[in-house]
Amino acid sequence: MVKKSAMALLAGLVIFGFSIQPALATYKVGAIFSVTGGASFLGDPEKKTAQMVVDQINRDGGINGEKIELIVYDDETDPTKCNLHAKKLISQDKVVAVIGPSVSGLSVAIIPVFEKFKTPLVSCAASYKIVYNEKTGKPNKWVFKTPQSDSLAVEAIYTKMQSMGIHKIAILTVTDGYGASGRHELLRLAQAYKMDIVADEKYDPKDADMTAQLTKIKGLAPQAIVNWSVGPTQVTVLRNWRDLGMTPITFFQSHGFGSRKNIELAAGAAEGVFCPLGACNIADLLPEDHPQKQVTMAYQKSYTETYNEPLSSFGGHAWDAIQLVVDALKAVGGDRAKIRDYLENKKGFIGQHGVFNFSPEDHNGLTKEAFQMVVVKDGDWALAK
Amino acid sequence: MLRIRKAPMGVGAIFILLFPWVAERLPAIEHYPDLMVFAGIYCLMTIGMSLLMGYAGQISLGHAAFYGIGAYASGILTTQYNLNPWLCILIGSAAATAVAVVVGAPSLRLRGHYLAMATLAFGIIINIVFREEAEWTGGPDGMGGIPGLDIFGYSFDSIHKYYYLVWIVVAIAFFFTIRLIQSPTGRALRAIHASEAAASAMGIDISRSKIVVFAFSAILASVAGSLYAHYMNFINPSTFDTLFSIKLVIMIALGGMHTIWGAVVGSVLFAFLSFEWLHQFGEYEIVVYGLVLMMVTIYLPEGLVGLPGRIAQRVRR
Amino acid sequence: METISAASQLFQFIVTGLTVGAIYAMVAIGFNIIYNVTEIINLAQGEFVMLGGLIMVFMHVTVGLPMILAFVTAVLLVTLTGMLLDRLAIKPIRQPSVMTLIIATIAASIVIKGTAMLIWGKSPYDLPAFSGRTPIELGGVIIQPQYLWVIGFLVVVTIGLTLFFNRTILGKAMAACADNPDAARLVGINVQYMVLLSFALSAAIGAIAGMTLTPIALMDYDRGAMLAIKGFGAAILGGLGSFSGAVLGGLLIGLIESLGAGFLLSGYKDAYALIVLLLVLFLRPSGIMGNFEVTKFKRF
Repeated sequence: MVKKSAMALLAGLVIFGFSIQPALATYKVGAIFSVTGGASFLGDPEKKTAQMVVDQINRDGGINGEKIELIVYDDETDPTKCNLHAKKLISQDKVVAVIGPSVSGLSVAIIPVFEKFKTPLVSCAASYKIVYNEKTGKPNKWVFKTPQSDSLAVEAIYTKMQSMGIHKIAILTVTDGYGASGRHELLRLAQAYKMDIVADEKYDPKDADMTAQLTKIKGLAPQAIVNWSVGPTQVTVLRNWRDLGMTPITFFQSHGFGSRKNIELAAGAAEGVFCPLGACNIADLLPEDHPQKQVTMAYQKSYTETYNEPLSSFGGHAWDAIQLVVDALKAVGGDRAKIRDYLENKKGFIGQHGVFNFSPEDHNGLTKEAFQMVVVKDGDWALAK
Repeated sequence: MLRIRKAPMGVGAIFILLFPWVAERLPAIEHYPDLMVFAGIYCLMTIGMSLLMGYAGQISLGHAAFYGIGAYASGILTTQYNLNPWLCILIGSAAATAVAVVVGAPSLRLRGHYLAMATLAFGIIINIVFREEAEWTGGPDGMGGIPGLDIFGYSFDSIHKYYYLVWIVVAIAFFFTIRLIQSPTGRALRAIHASEAAASAMGIDISRSKIVVFAFSAILASVAGSLYAHYMNFINPSTFDTLFSIKLVIMIALGGMHTIWGAVVGSVLFAFLSFEWLHQFGEYEIVVYGLVLMMVTIYLPEGLVGLPGRIAQRVRR
Repeated sequence: METISAASQLFQFIVTGLTVGAIYAMVAIGFNIIYNVTEIINLAQGEFVMLGGLIMVFMHVTVGLPMILAFVTAVLLVTLTGMLLDRLAIKPIRQPSVMTLIIATIAASIVIKGTAMLIWGKSPYDLPAFSGRTPIELGGVIIQPQYLWVIGFLVVVTIGLTLFFNRTILGKAMAACADNPDAARLVGINVQYMVLLSFALSAAIGAIAGMTLTPIALMDYDRGAMLAIKGFGAAILGGLGSFSGAVLGGLLIGLIESLGAGFLLSGYKDAYALIVLLLVLFLRPSGIMGNFEVTKFKRF
């Protein structure tokens, strides 16, 4: 009897626990971001940005008179949840396109879903694997991405190093997807740029101190250190670098360092640090005639006004993704296949992180010019000469 | 709990059988069979763990490692060596058994919190291996391109087909476990739980029985991992981390630790709570989740399967 | 920049390892205080550390209280949280089996972490170092002043607790509960009060660990679980219930991590400490300083 009622109770819970359906809208756009969990530093600004952009468009009358409804799910940096949300957005919410996820691993995880259900996905994660199918050697048909590939950031750093006469370097990466992807590219491109990597050290995303790794590097006396991480560790590592008296070794951060908040948290230790950044981080430094000047200034203004917090470069990826989808909706309406075809041939789209030129061979559409090399000077960004 | 009654099993079987058919007809729960696939995969693991924890009284905070061993065996062997997926499931189980025996033999001599820490450490170490051996595992970003399952040309390529596949495997595991509980080994296990000294005096080979159960639960976890990998077509290390080992324990606590039904109810409930219902609370989700768990420990110490009994007690009074 | 000698490199690894280890040791001591009185492993211990750091940041940086005042209020608030944890999540459990209690502390840690996220958001916070950030150089070894604060607090906490348990009536009563709760009840000790006190005490020590750690590593809402696992490992390695074991275990884990990162593959540094832990347990099933005969009498 006990078991029977337990099963009945379970059945009841399963059937009646459904959610309330949201109100109907003409254009439904899905979004999956890692709003909480290990990658919330990505998903949080992305969600806020996408929501802000959609609200602005709806306030201004929508697309050709039709409103957009943005359905956001939080994958909590968990591939299982991400997969479930993707299928739900496509088959139940019937969205015309999806933006996100925030993390490369999760984006790769749900590619098969979008290929199978023939729905466009504009990912906000960096890995080239998202838009490159190793079996066919071509991009995945339905998948696009807005962030610059990590290879572009590495090329920007290595190019800068060459001009400074640096060839003996140490790399430090965090042991999560972000660090692993950067490390992969740093190692892969080292030979082409004649970089001699003398140390390849790692640390955990929750580590309190990286003195041990840096001390090891100090003993090998490289000319520069490249650090690839996000979150508190990228600040701690800078402080350790300064405290150990290693400032004569030039320090390069990845583009993940792209928030003024990090300079502030480093408490002076960020001085002289180089870092490749997308245009949206340094909107106010761009010359007036820069093609992205206008969009980046506008984004910076509305984001800081709406949320009262400094801009992070990751939010810009979501801006690019949602605006691309909006652009497609304006041009071809809410048909999934037409949106895909439109995106694939979109040229000269001016975004936060570069000017995008998509093609059937390139579903990212950016070049290494999408990064500007920036140096921290007097507690703020300055364009590196 | 020696006799397992037939009636609830019948109800359960009919529910599982009809659920996709019902869900298809209700738009609001149309996607629930998809959730039930994962619930079934979790169920496979918690059945084994319930035997280990509820019946044998041995704690494990490292079972995600076995889940991962199965998943990575399937992932690596199918994508890099083109082996038959079903063969990979067998190889994964064999590997999980081997690891369970090697780790279990010294660990299961430990008691209580020491065993908890040893299994926790084991789980973390295996997870670090998944993360660091990127040439095989794809590193923290994970590996994609894992093929789906098919048998004699019949492909399990839709949610509903995979749903039935997973739940058939769960049913097999369930009946096998019941047989095990009712066998002499099962009686030996309960004796160990009650008192190791007494069990030992009765001539029960304690360490052998513990290792057998540990290995059995490892095999179930490994099969679950393989099923996960072939359904998702993608795996990454964070799926198999310590947090997941703890979630497995939470599932069992939610359902009820002292009966195998608790494992079933707990894993299904957990899957729905974490994949669906708690999202209603938005930002507050994590706090609500903690509070629900707290309420269960305070008001339903025997888990959710104890709820009907409690209500009956109230009514009778 | 002059290159660093192998010897100073080794000493640098040791200094860093001891500092991080001191934090683990403080967490492990917190585990032991509650374990000794209740046999509960309080997996919310790491959340006390996180709360200590974040509340101190709030009091000092946001509210603007002087360092010492902020320190005291933060300790008090976290202590209060520890007492609430006992009263709201542990005491109401009517049939306290060991597994139920573990789940209860996990549930509590989720609630605390979630609340911290709602209050402080997800970004990390910084706290000024207690006595500046100018590093001290000793024969090629660089020591941040904050390292000394961390190790200093560990020494103070250890001495303080030893005196408390050996010299004061209250401490002796708590120790009596740990040895035999039934006998303690018979001689008129209020066991429930002692349990409450143990939660308060271990929360306070967790808070101190968090406040000294924050200037080194920043603090965010999500840091507790990792610290709890490391501290639990330290407590087990040293032997549950033993304070000297906790200190030894914590420092050892910190040292192995630092030396492992320095001399071996840094990606595996957490694994090295855990492999050592497993080997120790296989040889000594009750940890370095633990007493196997005593653990037999414990329910769990």
